Amino acid sequence: MTADVTVLQDDPDDAPDESVDETAATKAGHRFLFLRNTKAMIGFGILVFFGILAVIGPFIAPYDPSAVSRDILQPPSAAHWLGTTHTGQDVLSQIIIGTRGVLVVGLIAGLGATVVGVLVGVTAGYLGGVGDEVLSGLSNIFLVIPQLPLIIIIAGQVPSAGGVTVALVIAATGWAWGARVLRAQTLSLRRRDFVEAARASGESTPRIIVAEILPNLTAIIAAGFVGTVIFAVLSQVTLAFIGVTPVSDWNWGTVLFWAQNQLALQRGAWWWFVPAGLCIALLGMGLTLINFGIDEFINPRLRSTGLHARSLRKRRIRPRIGFTPVVRTAETTPVHRPPAEEQPAEPRPAEQNAIEEIRR
Amino acid sequence: MSFFRRRIIFYLITAWAAVTINFLIPRLMPGDPVTALIARNQGRIDSDAEQSLRVLFGLDSNQSFLEQYIDYWGLLFRGDLGLSFTFFPTPVSDIVWQSLPWTVGLVGIATVIAFVLGTLVGTAIGWRRGTWADGLLPISTFFSAVPYFWLGLIAITVFAVQLGWFPSNGSYDRSLLPSFDLEFLGSVLYYGFLPALTVVLASIAGWILGMRNMMVTVSSEDYVTVAQAKGLPERKVMFGYAARNAILPQISSFALSLGFIVGGTLIMEMVFSYQGIGYVLYQAVNTHDYPLMQGVFLVITLSVLVANILADFVYAALDPRTRQEG
Repeated sequence: MTADVTVLQDDPDDAPDESVDETAATKAGHRFLFLRNTKAMIGFGILVFFGILAVIGPFIAPYDPSAVSRDILQPPSAAHWLGTTHTGQDVLSQIIIGTRGVLVVGLIAGLGATVVGVLVGVTAGYLGGVGDEVLSGLSNIFLVIPQLPLIIIIAGQVPSAGGVTVALVIAATGWAWGARVLRAQTLSLRRRDFVEAARASGESTPRIIVAEILPNLTAIIAAGFVGTVIFAVLSQVTLAFIGVTPVSDWNWGTVLFWAQNQLALQRGAWWWFVPAGLCIALLGMGLTLINFGIDEFINPRLRSTGLHARSLRKRRIRPRIGFTPVVRTAETTPVHRPPAEEQPAEPRPAEQNAIEEIRR
Repeated sequence: MSFFRRRIIFYLITAWAAVTINFLIPRLMPGDPVTALIARNQGRIDSDAEQSLRVLFGLDSNQSFLEQYIDYWGLLFRGDLGLSFTFFPTPVSDIVWQSLPWTVGLVGIATVIAFVLGTLVGTAIGWRRGTWADGLLPISTFFSAVPYFWLGLIAITVFAVQLGWFPSNGSYDRSLLPSFDLEFLGSVLYYGFLPALTVVLASIAGWILGMRNMMVTVSSEDYVTVAQAKGLPERKVMFGYAARNAILPQISSFALSLGFIVGGTLIMEMVFSYQGIGYVLYQAVNTHDYPLMQGVFLVITLSVLVANILADFVYAALDPRTRQEG
């Protein structure tokens, strides 16, 4: 399991050695075990697609998204692939140009919230005592207060709520979930042998946290980051849709704002609001799939059930609760599974507790 | 009882934090838009109302911060949230009280339906993992990634505009007078069906997924195997042993994700022009009605706290460990 987690880091010692070709290949394969997961691969592909769109968007957009033309409220055609708006603006261009705003806000908010979450969560989990009580109380308060209304009233009162402001507001309110999960995991790591050993050999607290504990939290931090990006994208689009942020900045929410305000629904102009929503859903789904990949990676039980359900289905055994693990260990040969996924299926007791603690 | 004592202290602190955030936000913002609003309505606001607005938004610069804070609490205890500018000169508290029952009715019922239904479906999928039922997972992923309001837009297009089965906005037939007769209640149900359906569709995915994963985790526990080995009926093992334990994290995550769900459903009200508190917030944001925005946020947060307390009671009833402590 420890090996599992470390594959996400860039460990310089792990660099492929040319002399031993085969081991190098398996090592590389092992390092990207996470990406062998189909779900994670699909999600990653979607993310890369939108990332490229965000970078090259302004160069490939067929029209200026704000330029009006005489083609008013046209359905999709060769000239306007996704049709036009009430003033003849090209919907496809608006969506392409809008990608950058969505991704930038998502990433800034995700980064900000993750940094705060790591600081609060790991400190709380490692320190324990009064500091823990105060910090985890703080994150629980932020979990209970409904975030979207809070973001709306803050963004609604800032004079010019541009993209970065919105991202910061989202980061300031959305860190609590990550902090909670990280605290639980740090609590369980704190008493592990390797941490005790580091403490006994006189390493300083900051070094123990940075060098011993943080590397083991990489996967959870990554999952929290992805989750926050999803939330940030949804929040930002929602804010634009209800008109809190300037409607002149193009993002997918702005497209929906105009569609709603110009009665696209009543006019039956589906091409105006369906694509923007599908883009949000697709991006969100991509990120969720990445998170599933990370989740199966952290929680071996979820992974092994998925794998072994497949091998059972091949052999036409209907899985029944409670008995299935026995069937697998007795009869399944490793041939059915790709070699890289041959990990110990059962977590060690301490990890098991941590996982359950997280799931609460 | 130590469980309850700790929870209640926590909720008191949270309520205090929410009020304090509400107190701080307008004071931290650059500029003061409310002075302009008051100036524009000069002569139409009576002096008492103007005074409470000054307290709410910290316009009395000759008062110390602490004095402002104490005055602010004083106003809240009297239930005075200031005057709304959009619905001038109605007090904010009146508007909130009129719209709150609609939201509690719509969002509350829809959320409970989604939770119960999602948990049941998740139980079934988790129990029969690895069969066709797992095919529901990608679909539920899609729904959890879609913004609530967009689903609302699609629902309006299909069911209200294209098919004409349901009204596209409003919460009851405007030709009827609000009363407790059958016709009016029927109209409320008819108008509420589409928004409720959308809320259920949008939020059910999370419950299915959470319950499914917990079922998978729980059902490889020894006590489930033992129950199975004893030859208990499958239904009993599924509900009495596996689901009974798998539901506990569901309920604590219900409490935690309530804030998120409420946020999403408020937007739903905006899409459907449903006269709940979310629609009021929408109008307040669009007309820069700051007192109304602040009041709505405070009431939403306190309602979520109450719902959290209820979830805690349910949790304590289901999990004997919480009652044993201390």
